[in-house]
Parts: sequence; structure tokens; C-alpha cells
Amino acid sequence: MILPALFFYLFAGICVASAVMVIASRNPVHSVLFLILAFVNASGLFVLLGAEFLAMILVVVYVGAVAVLFLFVIMMLDVDFAELRQGFLEYLPVGLLIGAVFLAELLLVAGGWAINPALVKTAVAPIPADITNTEALGLVLYTRYIHYFQISGIVLLVAMIGAIVLTLRHKPSVKRQDINVQNARTKAMAMEVRKVAVGQGLQDPPSREAAE
Amino acid sequence: MSFQAAGYSLTPALPELVLTVSAMVLLMLGAFRGEKITGLVTALAVAMLVVTGLVVLWLPAGKLTTFGGSFIVDDFARFLKVLALTGSAVALILSRGFLEEPSRRIFEYAILIMLSTVGMMILISAADLITLYLGLELMSLALYVVASSHRDDAKSTEAGLKYFVLGALSSGMLLYGASLIYGFTGTVSFAGIAAAAKEPTTGLVFGLVFLLAGLCFKISAVPFHMWTPDVYEGAPTPVTAFFASAPKVAALAVFTRVALTAFPGITSQWQQIVVFVAIASMVLGSFAAIGQKNIKRLMAYSSIGHMGFALVGLAAGTQEGAQGVLVYIAIYVAMTLGTFSVILAMKRNGQPVETISDFAGLSRTNPLLAFFLAMLLFSLAGIPPLAGFFAKFYVFLAAIKAGLFTLAVIGVVASVIGAFYYLTIIKVMYFDEPKGAVDPVRTELRTVLAVAGGFNMLFFIYPAPLITAATAAAKSLF
Amino acid sequence: MAEFFASAFWTGFLWPLIVMLAQSVLLLVVLLIAIAYILLADRKIWAAVQIRRGPNVVGPWGLLQSFADLLKFVLKEPIIPAGANKGVFLLAPLVTCVLALAAWAVVPVNPNWVIADINVGVLYIFAISSLSVYGIIMAGWASNSKYPFLAALRSAAQMVSYEVSIGFVIITVLLCAGTLNLSQLVAAQDTKYGALGWYWLPLFPMFVIFYVSALAETNRPPFDLVEAESELVAGFMVEYSSTPYLLFMLGEYVAIVTMCALATILFMGGWLPPIPYAPFTWVPGIVWFALKVLFFFFLIAMAKAIVPRYRYDQLMRLGWKVFLPMSLAMVVIVAAVLQFTGLAAK
Repeated sequence: MILPALFFYLFAGICVASAVMVIASRNPVHSVLFLILAFVNASGLFVLLGAEFLAMILVVVYVGAVAVLFLFVIMMLDVDFAELRQGFLEYLPVGLLIGAVFLAELLLVAGGWAINPALVKTAVAPIPADITNTEALGLVLYTRYIHYFQISGIVLLVAMIGAIVLTLRHKPSVKRQDINVQNARTKAMAMEVRKVAVGQGLQDPPSREAAE
Repeated sequence: MSFQAAGYSLTPALPELVLTVSAMVLLMLGAFRGEKITGLVTALAVAMLVVTGLVVLWLPAGKLTTFGGSFIVDDFARFLKVLALTGSAVALILSRGFLEEPSRRIFEYAILIMLSTVGMMILISAADLITLYLGLELMSLALYVVASSHRDDAKSTEAGLKYFVLGALSSGMLLYGASLIYGFTGTVSFAGIAAAAKEPTTGLVFGLVFLLAGLCFKISAVPFHMWTPDVYEGAPTPVTAFFASAPKVAALAVFTRVALTAFPGITSQWQQIVVFVAIASMVLGSFAAIGQKNIKRLMAYSSIGHMGFALVGLAAGTQEGAQGVLVYIAIYVAMTLGTFSVILAMKRNGQPVETISDFAGLSRTNPLLAFFLAMLLFSLAGIPPLAGFFAKFYVFLAAIKAGLFTLAVIGVVASVIGAFYYLTIIKVMYFDEPKGAVDPVRTELRTVLAVAGGFNMLFFIYPAPLITAATAAAKSLF
Repeated sequence: MAEFFASAFWTGFLWPLIVMLAQSVLLLVVLLIAIAYILLADRKIWAAVQIRRGPNVVGPWGLLQSFADLLKFVLKEPIIPAGANKGVFLLAPLVTCVLALAAWAVVPVNPNWVIADINVGVLYIFAISSLSVYGIIMAGWASNSKYPFLAALRSAAQMVSYEVSIGFVIITVLLCAGTLNLSQLVAAQDTKYGALGWYWLPLFPMFVIFYVSALAETNRPPFDLVEAESELVAGFMVEYSSTPYLLFMLGEYVAIVTMCALATILFMGGWLPPIPYAPFTWVPGIVWFALKVLFFFFLIAMAKAIVPRYRYDQLMRLGWKVFLPMSLAMVVIVAAVLQFTGLAAK
């Protein structure tokens, strides 16, 4: 069919172009925006492959959450990127050389030997044809590959503990609110009604503790 | 569910489960009770590591597999798991003093070490590439955090960051290699790869190179060693002691398992790599350590060199070789932990001292400490009849039997050169003018030092248990 | 010519394309006109609560107010600040508006009345709504001005926070229905109990969480910290004027209506009649759908009128410390109930 092919070239083309722009763009915020564009197009490619679940998850997780944080950080950075790029031209020839060597090596590999064509047949969990791929993923993810799933969970737990260990600081000087205490406050705790004698005023102003 | 029947029994993974669950329970304990409970959490963590070790030994004998064959418990795994658990437990004991200071009372430290140990155990038991990768990430991620756990110290932060960036790079290489291997063999399980990889096709060798590069990073073998000195120096000393022991065990274990069980069909291919890496590590470890002033940096180069020696056994590619690797790593862990307990004990007026010149005249101010350190250093240098000699003896023997004479000769030469810097420290301790008394040594450091030192000195009298266990473990790989 | 109409190119490609385009245009036109009146309704409800009259000058009872606003915005001069990043500045409103409209591609308004009946419809809407934060971030950054930037930061954190609980709410519904397809989701609620068989009743706590999170996700009061007048003037829209501003407003309201439609489909049985017997079944499904969307919008409009604005830390606390644990617990509870009572969708 010609239509999927057209869409493939559209998505793939934009994906590669925006990937190049991620590196080439002068403004780091533009770089992140191009990165997002690359993600979205990659998810388009997933749709063409029939992996619609992965496509949507890619958008939700990478574009919707990860890249937002990226953008967040980059917008707040006060780095002179023009200065950082000063050495770019100096290193360009070396970089190009290494890139060319690497490309040649990869072409040697990819050109000489094809990926095992019988790979699809040897798959441990073949892709079932009659159910949606969300269901198919669910069927193996929580049964056959449960240990991978669980270990990944522990990896994420470690990441979370790590983030807290390295960044959370308890400052004794900061006054914190306790919402529960605030909500538990009643009218009786907050104010009291006094009779004030004319011309005398209050003899004993309420202490701060009583007011609180 | 028929998963129990289909090879999804949880019994083989019981030690991992015990350790994970107890880590989470301790995490809750710490989260609810706050920093003041750090000491208790650490003590319980050590206890749980010991319990886990007992569970490993309690598991039914023989070769157990589960999770569809991607998780394997054989004698090899048992041997190394007990070793890794011991290393972690001792490292935790060594860090008690570090954690007692009010500014560093982080209970998460013990939990991270526990979870890292879970990663090591998964790594040791991995029988496919995905489990390998997940175990490796679990282990490393916790290591990155503990490396920078002294977060107000610029060097510690730098160490953590450096380790993280380079570690992520090496994970990338490892993944790239793993995906190439999957692409060219059509399977991720080691057994399946072994069945498919009879011929060294270019793609497969590419994958193998990247995979081994990633693993070399984790055992800090040359040319992927650059992070080691900086991280060892920057990280808090108990963390360095931990880095030098348990993670090395796990990484070397998986290196051995991958090479011997996944690629027995193309031994000559990985043998070249291992021989090169071994030679480079031994030579660099010996020469670069000579100029070091800081004892932790010196230990970093020493560990690079020792990994080279251990790889000599693997290069042989035989059962004797594997046995040599196992004996080597076990003795190495004992020597390293002993040495680090001395380094941790080196404090003057409550301040840790780290340069080699600070050891001057230790023989007069604290003769016992000096004696033990001297013995450990002799052992690291491989001087008979200390344990370190036997470690080297077994790997060189295996290499010679496999016909790798050049490798063995280079190894012996590197060992002699390496002995120079160990002897330098001993000379500083015994013949230089004292720099002033060191603080009294903490009980737990003394205990660890006594046990490790005793093991080193007396190993030659009764080596049988270790050798027998290592033989059985090596046998289960073939 | 007859040959051409019989060709595979026509039957297999061109004709479906024309049909799809026609459907899209129809949906968009109806949607935009509906938005015009929903906007008016919003203002009228707000006014009524405050005992005012609201817009009542343009057309009878102010019915043409929204169109007058449209003309005014389109005819005014767009002002682009000198320090702004021009490209991103102009892209931001477009992104907001286009994304909001794109979500409607998968919304079924009646049996088979849907442009793209895809298997992952719920995820698609979720993905699109998670993208909408970019319009705001881009606007805030490109304006090169302090208030918009602060608004953008607030909004990014807010939307990411509440997306989490919305995700878990959606998961509980999916667990009950056993499908990600929006049409089948509605079909799964088609029982003989009518309105009592829809998911709002068994999943009532989730329904409430979804309602509140939808308010936060669309930056509606009481969670409109992004454009809190008293603190940030007009938030990320400070520097915008004329058509770009219009696009923002439009995108915002379309997003709100999308959330209403999603709530209708997830919890209120979509186009199903509340009592599955005549004469209710004679009414076309689209009418029920529209009524339910309007009901939900009424709830949102009332929230704007009667609830004071949250403080930012309260907002974050609500999202992370209340909704997230509650919705996580509900996922576990719902899954357990379905598993152990055998009610799980096959």
C-alpha cells in the first residue's frame, strides 16, 4: 500500500530532521522542542508498525512527563550556550573523523551480515494475531516476564530513594504547615468573646498561645 | 495458575525475595522513625544480609532454574552470592563509624546497599541478557547514590556524578551489544545463544565486544578503568570499601558466566579480548599505582591490577581457570576489606587521614595495626605463604595449563612490579619517623581486621573448604 | 468516469478520505458552535450565582456574545513583544488549539459516530491531554516576561501532577470494562439497570477524583493558578492579544469539553439513555451524550463560581498526598474485587 509508505517517509523524515535539529539548534529550548517533535514522530512510526499501545505510552511518558521536566530544567538554566559551543568548530574535524570511522564500521557490519531473518519464528512469545497489542503485552508482562517487571520496579524504587537521599534537606529553620492541624481548628480555639467594661478596656490581653 | 509447573517456582529466588522485602520493611521503619534509627536499621540490614546468606545455603542442592529459565541457581551462583553477601555485610559493618556522625545519619545508606546486593544476586543468577541488564542496573544505580552519599562534600558529589555518567555510558554499550547479540542469534537466553553462536560472525563478535566492554567497565578493567581512581578517592571511605568488594564479585561472576556459558562456541574470540584486558589491567595497575600519594587512589589501581589477575584465570577458558577466578575473587575480597578496615582506622584527632605519608612510623605508634596491614599488603603483593599468593598461583596455573604462557609470564612480571608499591607502604610504616599517634581503633574495625588478617595468614594451613567449594562452583558452569 | 468510480483508488482510498474529511469538518463545526454557547453558558452561570445578569446585550439574551467576541479578537492587531521568541510565541496558541481539537478524533458521540475508532482511544486522549501542557510552557517561555514564565512553571508542575491521578482513575475504569476502545467502554456500561449500571456508581470515589483532577488538568478554577489574576495578572496569556489569545481561549474551552466528554464516556455511559426503556430509548443517543456533557460542564462552571482558589502548596498536596495514594489504593481494590469475585471482563 502506498499510504503507509508515504506516512513512513513523512514520520521518519521529520524524526531524523528534528533529531539533527536537536543538535544543531542554537537555542537549547528549541533543541528540547525538536526532541519532542522527534518523540512524537517516533510514536507515529510505532503506529505504522501496529504497536499502538507503545506509541501512546511513548507520548504519555516521554513527551508528557519526561520532556516536560527536561524543558523545565533547561528553561531555568542560566548557561551561556554560545560560550559552550565555542570549541565546536575546533573539534568538528575530529568529531567528523570519528563519526566517519564509526559509520564505516557499522556499515561493514550491517552491510555484510543481515539480522537473523528467522528471528520472528524463534520469538519466545510470538505476537498473537487475534487480540489487540495492549492485551498481548499484558498477557506476557505479568506472567511470563513478571520477574523483569518486578526487578524494574525495584530499580525505580532505588532511583526514588536516591533522589530523596541526595536532595531532601530538613531545614530546622523552615516553618511547616500541618494541614490536619489547620483543619482541626475550631471556632472555639480561634477566638473568645469577652465583655469589655466601658472606659477600662481589656485588662489581660489573651496570650498568643491561647489565640492559636 | 500453572506457572509453578511451567518453571515459575519462587523457591530459587527466595534469597532475593527475602532481602528485597526486608529492605522495604527497613525503609518503612526508617521513613517513619526518622534519622535517629539509622544505627538500628544498619544493624538489622547486616542481620538480614546474613540471613539471606543462610537462605542461599539452605536452598535445595543442584541446579535450580526459574522464571522460564532466565534465573539460575547453581553452585557457582551459591558460592558467589555468599561471597557478595559477605562483602556487603562487612562493608556495612565498616561504615558504622561513618554513619554515626550527626550530619551523615542517613538510614537509606543501609537500604541502598541491601538493594544493590539484591542487584548483585540477580546479576550472579542471570541466565539471560535481560536479567543481566536489570541486575546490573539495580546494582549500579544504588552504587551511584551511595558514592555521592556524603553530599556536602564536593569530591563525593563529583565521584557520584562521574560514576553515574560513565556508568550510564557503559550500560548503553552493554545494551547495544546485547541487542546486536539478540539480533544475530534470535534469543536472549545464554543457553540459546550458546546453541546459536557456533560461528564467529561479524555481527555477533561486534555484539560480544560491546557486551564485554560494558562488563569491563563494571569490574574496572583497562581500558574502561578511568573512573576508578576518582570514584575511589572521592567516595566516602566505607563506600569505597564496598565498591572494592561486593560489586566486583558480582560483575566478575557475570563476566565469567557470560563468557563460559553463552559463548563457549566462540571461545577464541572472547579469549583475545580477555587476554588483552587482563594484560592491560595488570600492567597499568602495577605501574600507575607507583606514583600515588593517596592510599585510596592506590587501592583503586591495586583493584584494577587484581581484576587483571582474576581475568587471567578466565582467559584460560577452562574449568581450572574458572576455579582460579573464584578462589581469586574470594581471597581478594578478604584482603581488600581487611585493608580498608585499616584505612578506616587511620584517624588522627577524629579526622581521617588518607595519604601514604600518614602511615609513617605506624609500627611504633600502633604495632598491631601496622603488622596486620603489612601482612595484608604482602598478601596483596602475592608473597607466599599468604593467601594472595595462592590466589595468583591458581590463576597462573590455569593459564599455563591452557597454553597461555605469555600471559602467565606477563602476569608474574606485573605482580613483581606491583609488589614494589605495596612494599613502599610497609617501608613507610616501619622505617619512617612517626607522625603522631592514631586514634583508638573501633571494635568493629578491629574485628574485621582480625578476621580478614587471620584468614590471609592462615589460609595456607587449611585451604580445603574454599578450594572444594570453588571446584564445585566451577564445575557447575561446564 | 464510471470506471474511475469503480476503481480501487476511488473505493479504497479517495472516497473514504472524502468521507473522513467531511466527518471531521462536521464534527469541528458542531463542536465550535457548541463551544461558543458553552462559553456563554459559563459566563451566564457565573453571573447567575453572583446575582448578575451576565452578557445580555449582543443578540437576544446575549446569545450572539461569543460571535461578537470572535470578531473583535480576529479584527484586532496581534502584538508580538519585541523580546519574544517569535516562532515559539506564535506556535504556542496553535499547539494548544490544534491539540485540543485533535482529541475529538476518537470521541464517539453515538454508536459508530466516531472519526477514528481506534483500540487505544483512552490512551490517545490521555496522551493528547498530556501534550497540552506544551502550549502553556511554550507561551510562558517565549513571552520572555516574568509573569508568563512563572505561570508556565506552575502549569507544568500542576498538569504533570494531576495527570498521574487521572491515569490511575482511567485504569480503574479500564479494569472494569476490559477495553481501551472508547465505544466498547460505553458498550460495557450498557446493562439493564440503566443509569445505575454506569461506572459512576461502583467507582464513585474515582468519579469524584476524576472530576477534581479534570478541573486541575484544564486549569479551571479553583485550580486556575496558572492565570491567577491576583498573583500573575493573566498568567501565560499576559503578552497575548487578538487571534493568538483567541486560540488559547478556544483551546482551553475545547479541552474542558473534551474532559467532560471523557467523563461522560468513562463514568456516565456515553450515549446510553439513563433508563433503558421506552420512551427514553426513542431519544437519539447523541442527545443523551450532549446532555451528559452539558451536565458535567455545569458542574465545572459551578465550581468556578462557588469555590475559592487553592493556594499552590495546597494544590500540590491534594494531588500528591491525597489523590495519588487514594487512586493507587483504588486500583488495587478494584483489581482485587474483579479478580476474586469473577467479575473481570473476559
